[in-house]
Amino acid sequence: MVYLTRKAEFSAAHYYHNPEFTAEENRRIFGKCNNPHGHGHNYTLEVTVKGEVDQRSGFVLDLKQLKELKNREVIDVLDHRFLNQEIAEFKTLIPTTENLAISIWQRLESKLSVARLHRVRLYETPDLFVDYFGEA
Amino acid sequence: MKAYLTRRYWFSASHRLHCEDMTAEENQAVYGKCNNRWGHGHNYALEVTVAGAVDAKTGMVCNLADLDEFVNQNILERLDHQNLNTLREFQGIVPTTENLCVAVYNILDRGFTPAQIEKIRVEETMFNSFEYAGGREVRP
Repeated sequence: MVYLTRKAEFSAAHYYHNPEFTAEENRRIFGKCNNPHGHGHNYTLEVTVKGEVDQRSGFVLDLKQLKELKNREVIDVLDHRFLNQEIAEFKTLIPTTENLAISIWQRLESKLSVARLHRVRLYETPDLFVDYFGEA
Repeated sequence: MKAYLTRRYWFSASHRLHCEDMTAEENQAVYGKCNNRWGHGHNYALEVTVAGAVDAKTGMVCNLADLDEFVNQNILERLDHQNLNTLREFQGIVPTTENLCVAVYNILDRGFTPAQIEKIRVEETMFNSFEYAGGREVRP
């Protein structure tokens, strides 16, 4: 079993707001992230897959295919978007880094055939990241 | 009390990804520009993670000087500024970074006695990395 990690970057805007909270609660819980005009981050995404090394090719999977899948399913969808307004699940779900990591996992997991998804690590800033390993 | 210690090293090497069992067209399709017959190179970052109980007297999992000496002699001096395809580990085995991880793990696992080798991690570029823990699950 070998683990392979591919890194990519995307930039997006979001804000945190729960309509079930009062305006005061939203401000208290989410602070400056509650600004309804949104704010943005340069996200760094690390996708880790695991699998056995193919005897002939020496690959767990073709990195080009992983890069294409990641670009098609995640980067092209999220990059330079306002997550709350433009991404379906975030019209109702708060686009925290936690929920964004879970959403990225769901976008990738069923599309992988050769190797299995092991971890999605999403950095919101260089000092803050979330790991999601699926619901095993 | 078990603890984990990771040390980071660097080496530069060239390789060519080419499988003798594949036709020229298959090699080109699978490996793309990595199949260039003249090879190409990378600055590899190698992370070695060892695990063990913290020694009550020294406060160490293992002495870093021992790890450095072993890695320098058995890994870096053999791989740095070499063509990986020419090394005995890669005779009949394509020197992908997956196989490089396994080869480095095996050298350390067999030869380094002061602590258990927990995991090897190799960065081929700043966008790719590979981990091998002897077939065990990699710890988060």
